[in-house]
Amino acid sequence: MSIDTNTAARIARLARIRVEERDLPGLAEEFNTILGFVEQLGEVDVEGIEPMVSVTPQRLKRREDVVTDGGQQKAVLANAPDAREGFFAVPKVVE
Amino acid sequence: MSGAPNTLTIAAARDALRKGELAATELTEACLGAIEGASALNAFVHHTPDLARAQAEAADARLKSGDAPDLCGIPLGIKDLFCTKGVASQAASRILEGFQPEYESTVTRQLWEQGAVMLGKLNMDEFAMGSSNETSTYGGAVNPWRRADDETALTPGGSSGGSAAAVAADLCLAATGTDTGGSIRQPAAFTGITGLKPTYGRCSRWGIIAFASSLDQAGPMTRDVRDAAILLGAMAGHDPMDSTSVDLPVPDFEAALTGDIRGKTIGIPREYRMEGMPDEIDALWSDGRRMLEEAGAKIVDVSLPHTSYALPTYYVIAPAEASSNLARYDGVRFGHRARLDQGDGVTEMYEKTRAEGFGPEVRRRIMVGTYVLSAGFYDAYYNRARKVRTLIKRDFDDAFAAGVDAILTPATPSAAFGLGEMAKADPVAMYLNDVFTVTVNLAGLPGISVPAGRDKQGLPLGLQLIGRPFEEGDLLNVAGVLERSAGFVEKPARWW
Repeated sequence: MSIDTNTAARIARLARIRVEERDLPGLAEEFNTILGFVEQLGEVDVEGIEPMVSVTPQRLKRREDVVTDGGQQKAVLANAPDAREGFFAVPKVVE
Repeated sequence: MSGAPNTLTIAAARDALRKGELAATELTEACLGAIEGASALNAFVHHTPDLARAQAEAADARLKSGDAPDLCGIPLGIKDLFCTKGVASQAASRILEGFQPEYESTVTRQLWEQGAVMLGKLNMDEFAMGSSNETSTYGGAVNPWRRADDETALTPGGSSGGSAAAVAADLCLAATGTDTGGSIRQPAAFTGITGLKPTYGRCSRWGIIAFASSLDQAGPMTRDVRDAAILLGAMAGHDPMDSTSVDLPVPDFEAALTGDIRGKTIGIPREYRMEGMPDEIDALWSDGRRMLEEAGAKIVDVSLPHTSYALPTYYVIAPAEASSNLARYDGVRFGHRARLDQGDGVTEMYEKTRAEGFGPEVRRRIMVGTYVLSAGFYDAYYNRARKVRTLIKRDFDDAFAAGVDAILTPATPSAAFGLGEMAKADPVAMYLNDVFTVTVNLAGLPGISVPAGRDKQGLPLGLQLIGRPFEEGDLLNVAGVLERSAGFVEKPARWW
């Protein structure tokens, strides 16, 4: 399975990372090196093997479904690149 | 007490502080002075001297009152991956430029509650992705060790390279690190210090910037095994904020260091004898085997048949989890946002921000992760890797079930290499650094790197011991015996 520049462009778009047209062939080549390396997993007999979900054999703890935190608008917005009137501000999303 | 205060172990400083032979303020000043004189190492990237002095004064008061935990007054360096309230925490990434958390990670909160002193934040590979510290937005940290008669700047390893360099160069008494595929143990081996990756779930991950959540674990990087036991005790413990942290009591790890390993069974995994392994690594491994045997351990050969599939498994699972974890860096809530052109919408904002904010290795891993999780490839790559991970863990389970107490392997396939030496190699060549360490993360086990010798050029080499889950005490005890037999006491000659 070889990755071409079209696939590389599609992956970049899915990852929301801008990649210039001229950088796509190099990127595709890097993907092919890495995916070529992981290709050897195809040799392993995994018939009947469960995919690992948790490395420790414990059941995740549960807690009551209640609000435990909140009222920290200022702290939440403190690191925002653009915050206005108590909200995160972004470019226009809906026309 | 002998030597400058900043060269002490945690244990020696603790005892001197309690006896009143040393003040925490004096110890902190010695470290701050050492840091100031070591900018060539590029280990500390954010300095907090005012905070350190205030914490040291509080520690002295606490020491006087007689209520002083082990870490009271001990100056530490903190990897830049840990969120520290009001102090820059940017995972060595441009995308978190200017980020000052409004909260404190659980591990560092526990350290400060016990009276430890924060000297500042330490260099690392960007988002902990790398094995040489060269992917850092701050530039690479430099290893205080050099080859004999050669001034080439060497890597301290990665990703916890700044932590390793700082401990080896006596800038702090110890440091925190994190380990996703070897990021504590490989830099420890490259710099002649001790590095422990605890069992997955032993330390809370809350407030530690996430790379691959099923693999990440914080741990101590110290001058010796006793210090690793002390610092682990302070970092560990159940945390309701991290549902994967286990609710088990934290034992007295230091008390486990009896020095007696008679009757213990140490496994030597045949699959770790890699083709083309340098003779000196092989010789070091044999030395370690002999040392443990002479200390009364029983040595057995074991087989971990899926070892060679660990790296490819890791390079599916870790990028997959990273692509998901790093989706949060979008220029909206924190960190860097790209300058936008007229008419750019929210998608352009995401794409430009992430292209500018992430370095090449991080971008590459996010995209590989995106690919292996995408429709049509999820089963072929991600699910298959998770199945092989089950088999890798089963190999260890079988060895432990057969009576093995710990497993001895080399820590790294080579000594520290030169900064820039791997620049032209393909990404996979760099990944091979983790060949001996990555299995431990996939299986969730504790692993420790202990300095055990030097190569022909005088550079430190480490051996790795792998233990049973949640048996860090036993593991540290075996490591302590190896440390004593190996007798590694050398320090890098100061050039910086």
